[in-house]
Amino acid sequence: MFVDLLGQHFVHNALVAGAIVAVVSGAIGWFVVTRSASFAVHAISELGFTGAAAALVLGIDVVIGMIGGSLIVGLVLGLLAVRGRERDSAIGAVLAFGLGVGVLFLSLYQGYATEATNLLFGSIVGVSDRQVLELAVVATIVLTGVVALYRPLLFASVDPEGAEARGVPIRALSVAVFLLLALTTAEAIQVVGVLLVLTLVITPAAAAQRLTVAPARALFLGIAIALAATEGGILLSLAQPWPTSFFISAISFAVYAVARVASAHGRS
Amino acid sequence: MSVVDARDLSLRFGARVLWENLSFALEHGELLAVLGPNGTGKTSLLRILLGLLEPSAGSVRIDGRPPAETRSRVGYIPQQRIFDRELALRGRDLVRLGIDGHRWGASRLSPADRGRLERALDSVGASAYANAPIGRLSGGEQQRLRVAQALVSEPTLLLADEPLLSLDLAYQQIITGLLDAHRREAGTPVVFVTHDINPVLSMVDRVLYLAPGSWAIGKPDEVLTSEKLTSLYGTPVDVLRVRGRIVVVGTPDDHHVHHVGHEH
Repeated sequence: MFVDLLGQHFVHNALVAGAIVAVVSGAIGWFVVTRSASFAVHAISELGFTGAAAALVLGIDVVIGMIGGSLIVGLVLGLLAVRGRERDSAIGAVLAFGLGVGVLFLSLYQGYATEATNLLFGSIVGVSDRQVLELAVVATIVLTGVVALYRPLLFASVDPEGAEARGVPIRALSVAVFLLLALTTAEAIQVVGVLLVLTLVITPAAAAQRLTVAPARALFLGIAIALAATEGGILLSLAQPWPTSFFISAISFAVYAVARVASAHGRS
Repeated sequence: MSVVDARDLSLRFGARVLWENLSFALEHGELLAVLGPNGTGKTSLLRILLGLLEPSAGSVRIDGRPPAETRSRVGYIPQQRIFDRELALRGRDLVRLGIDGHRWGASRLSPADRGRLERALDSVGASAYANAPIGRLSGGEQQRLRVAQALVSEPTLLLADEPLLSLDLAYQQIITGLLDAHRREAGTPVVFVTHDINPVLSMVDRVLYLAPGSWAIGKPDEVLTSEKLTSLYGTPVDVLRVRGRIVVVGTPDDHHVHHVGHEH
């Protein structure tokens, strides 16, 4: 049964889509964790949901709506660039209103409720060839952006004062990182759903940073953990028909928990 | 040619005038201490020299060019601000950003740059803890890494904004000693913003004193006198010399200017 499934085209698509999303999520995750922007990730993904719900009502492509919603929020958060407590409550306020609007759109939508459920919890096994291609295109854009901005973005993330003094455009980079994050989030939603985006964007990078403080090493390790969680989760859900998102988040969290325990012994 | 040539600088925020017609030049190897109470534009002056702030009037040239074009050749040491304990970064990563942090892309360091990185870490005595998580280091160790970051780019000018703040006396001496040695050996002029002249008194060539609405520049013995500061502030101010230290009494906020018995 399990071996039969491995020969299926839809399983191949799921594994490829999962790998693409894992690589992108792991790569951007280092910067998100360093900037303490977990809450922003959550806001962007929930507003991606609002965009997708709007697309359902308008009868346009759901992915377009999702990317649109994520990008708008990413842009707003990047431009606000406020820090600490103020940022926290600003994001909370935007997020809550955006979700409210999403609920309205869903109630206006007359179609199947499964579409909404898929958005919230992911639907990796239903990925089409065209979706895989779309995922690959967006992933290429994000990875190109991360590589091109890598050094200045690292500088601006860990030492904004020093970076500004060297002429690094920290405001523009803040917007850029949120836009890249928005695209990443729109990708991750398609695999794990709105409510579980953090499990690919935050958890692997946070675990990796516990295991190594060298930035490049942590970044690649984060990608590896995200890959292991995604591919492992998909395979496990073939053997045991529980939701893929559950397995992905479980593996991701298990690695994080082990990393915390290991680093607590190593550092102290 | 002077390294820094500032002419007729004025700085206003709305109706508030911080200074007018401020002119000075800085030669190779010179150390200029910038003193004065809070709110007189000391940090703003550094931001002008970095090209991050436009003066309301006047012009600045660094090696004959506008500051915005020379930023990558200017070393900047900010106030000591503790890194987050959990920040996933090593000291060597912070220092390395002084070499390539402003360059696009993700390329590796060239062998020559790697040599510069190791020499910079070594010159501030940070080699032993260069691979440790930066957030776990003491404030003084972190500040030494910031000095290394400023020096690693082999700057033509060093700017330091209260680099000794909240450091204990031993680390104050280490940091000032590093800057002093560098300007002697490499000839890099230093602009040193501080609220307390005493830790750098022995190495200061000139003092720029910014008082509310007026300023004075000259050798420490010329500027830091009761007469001069009294005329700058427009109220009686006493400058006392006690056991080789300078203590200023009577400024509107003298606890901010030169801490009396400031030994932590």
